[in-house]
Amino acid sequence: MAGGFSVSRYTPDEGPWAKLTARDSLARRLDWPLLGAALALSFLGSLLVWSATRNRDHLTQGDPYFFLLRHALNTGIGLALMIGTIWLGHRTLRGAVPVLYGISVLLVLAVLTPLGTTVNGAHAWIKLPAGFSIQPSEFTKITIILVMAMLLAARVDAGDQAHPDHRTVAKALGLAAVPMAIVMLMPDLGSVMVMAVIVLGVLLASGASNRWVFGLIGAGAGGAVAIWQLGLLDDYQIARFAAFANPALDPAGVGYNTNQARIAIGSGGLTGTGLFEGTQTTGQFVPEQQTDFVFTVAGEELGFLGAGLIIVLLGVVLWRACRIARETTELYGTVVAAGIIAWFAFQSFENIGMTLGIMPVAGLPLPFVSYGGSSMFAVWVAVGLLQSIRVQRPMSA
Amino acid sequence: MSNIPETGRTQRVQIRLIVIQVLVFSLLLTLGGRLWYLQIRNGDEYTAEAAGNGVQQVVQPAVRGSILDARGVPLADNETRLVVSASRTELLKMKDDGVGVLTRLADVLDMKVQDVRDKVRLCDSKTPQPCWNGSPYQPIPVTDEATTQQALQIRERAEDFPGITAEPTAVRRYAAPGKARTAQVLGYLSPVTDDEIQKAQDGPSPYLRSDQVGRSGIERTYDKELRGKAGVTRYEVDNLGRVMGEAENDPAVAGSTLVTSLDARVQAVAEYELAAAMKQVRNETDKITGRKYEADSGAVVVMESKTGRIVSMASQPDYDPNDWVGGISGKQYAKLTSKKSNYPLLNRGIQGQAPAGSIFKVVSASAAVRGGHAFNDRYECSSSYSLGNQTFANFESQGHGPITLGDALKYSCNTVFYRLGHEEWVKDGGIKPKKDAKNWFYTTARDFGLGSETGIDLPNEVKGRIPDRQWKQDFWEANKDAWCKEGKKGGTYVQQIAYESCLEGNQLKAYDSINYSIGQGDVLVTPIQMATAYAAISNGGTLHEPTVGKAVISPDGKTVQEIEPKVSGKLPVNAQTIKDLDKGLRSVVEPGGTAAWRFGGWPQDKIPMRAKTGTAQVYGKQTTGWFATYTDDYTIVMTISQGGTGSGSAGPAVRKIYDALYGLDSAGNQDKKRALLPEPQKALPKVQPDGSIPAPKVKPYDPTPVTPEEQPGGQEPQLPLPPGGQPGLTGSPASTGRQP
Repeated sequence: MAGGFSVSRYTPDEGPWAKLTARDSLARRLDWPLLGAALALSFLGSLLVWSATRNRDHLTQGDPYFFLLRHALNTGIGLALMIGTIWLGHRTLRGAVPVLYGISVLLVLAVLTPLGTTVNGAHAWIKLPAGFSIQPSEFTKITIILVMAMLLAARVDAGDQAHPDHRTVAKALGLAAVPMAIVMLMPDLGSVMVMAVIVLGVLLASGASNRWVFGLIGAGAGGAVAIWQLGLLDDYQIARFAAFANPALDPAGVGYNTNQARIAIGSGGLTGTGLFEGTQTTGQFVPEQQTDFVFTVAGEELGFLGAGLIIVLLGVVLWRACRIARETTELYGTVVAAGIIAWFAFQSFENIGMTLGIMPVAGLPLPFVSYGGSSMFAVWVAVGLLQSIRVQRPMSA
Repeated sequence: MSNIPETGRTQRVQIRLIVIQVLVFSLLLTLGGRLWYLQIRNGDEYTAEAAGNGVQQVVQPAVRGSILDARGVPLADNETRLVVSASRTELLKMKDDGVGVLTRLADVLDMKVQDVRDKVRLCDSKTPQPCWNGSPYQPIPVTDEATTQQALQIRERAEDFPGITAEPTAVRRYAAPGKARTAQVLGYLSPVTDDEIQKAQDGPSPYLRSDQVGRSGIERTYDKELRGKAGVTRYEVDNLGRVMGEAENDPAVAGSTLVTSLDARVQAVAEYELAAAMKQVRNETDKITGRKYEADSGAVVVMESKTGRIVSMASQPDYDPNDWVGGISGKQYAKLTSKKSNYPLLNRGIQGQAPAGSIFKVVSASAAVRGGHAFNDRYECSSSYSLGNQTFANFESQGHGPITLGDALKYSCNTVFYRLGHEEWVKDGGIKPKKDAKNWFYTTARDFGLGSETGIDLPNEVKGRIPDRQWKQDFWEANKDAWCKEGKKGGTYVQQIAYESCLEGNQLKAYDSINYSIGQGDVLVTPIQMATAYAAISNGGTLHEPTVGKAVISPDGKTVQEIEPKVSGKLPVNAQTIKDLDKGLRSVVEPGGTAAWRFGGWPQDKIPMRAKTGTAQVYGKQTTGWFATYTDDYTIVMTISQGGTGSGSAGPAVRKIYDALYGLDSAGNQDKKRALLPEPQKALPKVQPDGSIPAPKVKPYDPTPVTPEEQPGGQEPQLPLPPGGQPGLTGSPASTGRQP
């Protein structure tokens, strides 16, 4: 060939594009629908957060773009965390799990010290310099998944057992119980509920004996009754349940949130009022609208179509996660994926369900959509874990 | 690439993953379903709720219309006070929640800072007065007694007082021109109730919490016209009530002006003379009870004979209507509604009822004519009338022999009417009425408008009572159980009465018909009913629905809606009988008549006077005096409860009202310049091009009697003889001795 041109020769190691498009390349192996749905949710979230905060001067200090920019920044950091997680890989992380677990337990403990601050009745935050604050319980959700998956899958993946034995299960539950107990003391009941569902999902996927699964469900129910009976709940928590049972109870007090949220969503109709046009949103009738009640903005301003789209996108994320859980051959990956599924599914259901009045109010963010750094970082790390499980699965053919 | 993992995956894990997947998607489906239910199925309901959430109304009160007398003198109007108000919405926008502004404001107004701050806080169960219990979007009044200087300071330094306004605001005032309080006729306003606010909320003219509503008198009857229409501005607000934009603005429309047929000057005379007459008789001793007369209450109605319009209406005891302005205190209210003060809120002209006594005899005379007795036939005026072993005596048992019905009115002869009433009762079948019983005495009373409301444009008029056969039956059915329980044969007097009533209380007895024929027994009438009936005799037989309101003039003065007098009926007798009655009543003030002694010197040829006296017996009380009179133009009926005879108690007062109307001195000389209203005011007051109505000055009533000597200028002094030269016009009850 004259001129030294090599036009048609196949050279797998040549050029970044070729690298990306190679059959076993990272780009080919990434789960794009998962990434796309998660990005779409974050993008919608930024619009909704913007709409909800644009004229809340007391929060934005007069800058209508304050929350929009912060949300975009959080999403960017989340994306970077995802890439880092993929780059490290969930298997590599496996070795660091005990350390991560230890750190997360220390962090939640730190919340109970004077370092912690209280937001909306939950003492769940650590204040950092420059106006930042983190919510360690968000990261604890990940470390609980990882530490349980590590323990439960270790001997199964080694081929020693078909299913984790009772001792391993007991140990895993013990490790999960420590941070959960601390979070319970904050008290951050919502996060404890999510963690309990995560534990359930992890146990189910690990193949632990049915006795453990049903035992855990029974213990959960019994624990709830005990908490209620022993009066371990704070007044505000009881009030939220009472308002859930009867929203008309006190429309100006505890029932206010749910009532206003339902009015906002209900008034959206099929296509909504249009972004920035909702009277409930611009009138700031729904409290915490950029965080826990962000779904009401979608309901009012984007209508059934927009709010439905959020549910569909969450469905896509969960569908892809379920596929990843089923396709990977190692139990560790399956269990991690199942934990994440349980987390996303329950948290989304609780968050949207409370705005729709079918669940009691609990302070939980809507994954990807709600404003909040800690939550955003945690869910993107989880997406990174899912991607890593998919990328690193053994190729079958 | 395959979805089926090849190794290391047990069946158990595989199944559980599918279970998880199914669970996850059923949760999402649940959310989708619920979302559809809220947004699509029930969406409209929530849309409506959201729409109501973000809108707040600010209501600007409409200035209440004035109430004028027939010549334009304001009886009720508004005075302007400088009201300084603070807008809570504006204050809350400030960094210090307006504390700085309120502090400066307190300084300007010479008030304590804490007082000012307390006034603008919102009331709730824990906040004691002072606090604001109206809408938080409404400017909250801090004071309504600001001086012009204070208001100017606030306005000139507007930048120092954001959210503070100092504006002249109208406050109701009852001016009492010439001391004419006109209390019960005007009525009063009181704050709107929660129920009323609720009802009017979505209507065209919503109430403010600070609004006043007419509760009685013409303030109530014409409340809708006087109230105007409040202005409403709707603002879109956020959850903290911060205004985001103005949605709608309906400006306020002031209330219309009501012109009445009242004359403030005549009203002042009527009020003064009624009170003076009552005061006078309290010094006189009642021969029957041996005590001084109580004169506990009284009323006088001055009516235009030809139209039924009310020229004045006074009721005693009365009160100062200004007591209600700015909210009545509990103490004052208790006083106005207590038995001790004898209920001054009652307008006894339309709400006081008593047996009619002898002024009822015009009804009985008409009934007799309808029953076939000729007016000018002779009827025996014996000194008494007997029924079995009962005797019904004439007043002081005087007899006059056979006389006409006209003379029976003149002398107020009871026995003539006893006989006629009894005969009619017998003719109707007595205790067991015939099927075609005419019951002339009762139907005639109803045809005169008695026993039912006259329909005057004042609220809560009472009906009075005509105790006919039907009423007897109804009353017995309502009370027989109690009577039968209490009654005892041969017991005490009360027990005996109850016993008899239990047995046959439903029967109209002979003595009932006899008593009734002279307006005694169970009959009850009101002054307005009697005035309407006598005015009808005066005008040739037309009964009117009396009216106080004469015209409603729009606030700009451009639309004038006249209130025409309404005819409610005709007297049930022919023109000749009315003439006969008129002649009979005329003879009452002429020599020998029962009222002659009160009309000495009256210019009977120029201004013919007709009158009828009455003295009604009320069980357990002193007698109630009635005096019903009319000229061609006016009808005046006065009554004084527990005041003795009609001519004795009310006679001089009624004459003085006529004197004032026609400008007569005590000798009967007319001075047209002094006459307040020699003929009824026909024209409405003049409205200026700018919509205002100028008010003539009203001089207070000077009750000192004008004697001929004091009369100013050139007029021939006249002897206190009437022009007709009939010295006999001066009579006295002692010399005539008939029932007055």
